[in-house]
Amino acid sequence: MKHIMTINKANLKESAAKGGCGNCQASCQSACKTSCTVANQKCERDDK
Amino acid sequence: MIHKYYLGGLYIVLDVNSGGVHIVDELTYDLLDDAAPPFAEKCPQEIVDKLSAKYPEQEIRECYDEIAALYEEKILFSPDDYEKYAKFTVASPIKAMCLHISHDCNLRCKYCFASTGDFGTGRKLMPLEIGKKAIDFLLENSGNRKNLELDFFGGEPLMNFDVVKEVVAYGREREKEYGKNFRFTITTNGMLLTDDKIDFINKEMSNVVLSIDGRKDVHDNMRPTAGNKGSYDVILPKYKKLVDARDKDKDWYVRGTFTKYNLDFAEDVFDLYEKGFDQISVEPVVCEDKYPYALTEADVPAIAEEYERLAQRLLENDRNGKHFNFFHFMIDLDQGPCAIKRLRGCGCGNEYVAITPDGDIYPCHQFVGIEEYKMGSLVDGSFNTEMKEQFAKTHIYNKPSCRDCWAKFYCSGGCNANNYMYMGDVLKAHTLSCELEKKRVECAIMLQAIKSMERGQAE
Ligand code: SF4
Ligand code: SF4
Ligand code: SF4
Repeated sequence: MKHIMTINKANLKESAAKGGCGNCQASCQSACKTSCTVANQKCERDDK
Repeated sequence: MIHKYYLGGLYIVLDVNSGGVHIVDELTYDLLDDAAPPFAEKCPQEIVDKLSAKYPEQEIRECYDEIAALYEEKILFSPDDYEKYAKFTVASPIKAMCLHISHDCNLRCKYCFASTGDFGTGRKLMPLEIGKKAIDFLLENSGNRKNLELDFFGGEPLMNFDVVKEVVAYGREREKEYGKNFRFTITTNGMLLTDDKIDFINKEMSNVVLSIDGRKDVHDNMRPTAGNKGSYDVILPKYKKLVDARDKDKDWYVRGTFTKYNLDFAEDVFDLYEKGFDQISVEPVVCEDKYPYALTEADVPAIAEEYERLAQRLLENDRNGKHFNFFHFMIDLDQGPCAIKRLRGCGCGNEYVAITPDGDIYPCHQFVGIEEYKMGSLVDGSFNTEMKEQFAKTHIYNKPSCRDCWAKFYCSGGCNANNYMYMGDVLKAHTLSCELEKKRVECAIMLQAIKSMERGQAE
């Protein structure tokens, strides 16, 4: 492509198919707590 | 749905539903004002005409074809078909807990949402009995979840540190019976840190959050002691000691709050870095408009600009080998959490609960003290499962403004507690927070885009 460069895997859809196990950390997003945007959390699925 | 913006010299196009991030040229950027599905075999003449004064016709047609090809690949204008997953975590186990080990505090931070530590319910320390019951409750209600998080929170947890230690010991003893693993974390204002406590925290806590606002004058202005003295000089050396002694594989960070008094908060972030901390979080105060330090709509442009400035400086720092993590800009565009987790974020009231010193159960620390949100009690064994189910439904598809928001898979519908407190409804997004969140996400993606270009990994 000449005009467009894709910089990531765009794999959100696949993640849904395999996801939802709930192994990962809870992630409070409020200012007073762990300050995490969900997107910076780690996935901790067992069979990865 | 797509979202496009210009930042850091890049034209960035985000495909919301696939998570795809594209860097495009100006022509594509302009063309995307009009080019959208369904795509025609060839670029429609009226679209060409609209742009032909600025770009060669041939280029416009070529670019249209590229856009259509990405659509075919489902990484541009991809469909939103996640709603079917939204019901997934109804009846999910409880895996995280906030233990209000001390409803008392030795600082008088002006913006404290806990009303100087006591949450408006009187100064109290949690008795060991309640702490043990909390451990039991989490073990029994966590189903097949192996990793259990327990955060010691306050008020100031170090004011009840003996109980903290005993609760940890009790948890370590009982986790074996259940085949589980507690991850203890603690948030502190640092005043009471001693060498002993530092040792204990570094040994037992998988994460420690050290509150400090940034520059000394900024910090001391907002975080005075009960006797109205500054706290900065007391805590800084203690924090450094703790961090220096901490294992490299364990998490920690310094976190601060910025207010209307320091809209130049990038200075605070860099000051913390200069003081020797490389895990930093500084975030906007959330409070009622009536306070003089409150952030309001009118401050949004200045804050947005400051985030951009911060992002630029982070980039320069990185290039000079001075890397540090700023939490709100950390994002992993390939390996982040699954889409299902992104539908609901914090999981408060469903996967996460808070326990008061009296053993009352609330959906999270910010709901503590709001009577209508009391979910139950460890003392009498009550627990409102209906409320839990209600909270399980607080996903982005039930929040009208989140449904159509481009940032929904990064933000996950914001903070239910803030929504309730400032908008009157857990499902109603807190507008001011949204604007800031979107700006942060834009900056975070931009930084990743630049880094990946610099690494030359882009295809
Ligand atoms: S561990 Fe990974 S797959 Fe499992 S719910 Fe969390 S983000 Fe999703
Ligand atoms: S809370 Fe605001 S920023 Fe977050 S997804 Fe909802 S509307 Fe978007
Ligand atoms: S409701 Fe808000 S404060 Fe409570 S856990 Fe969720 S994000 Fe955090």
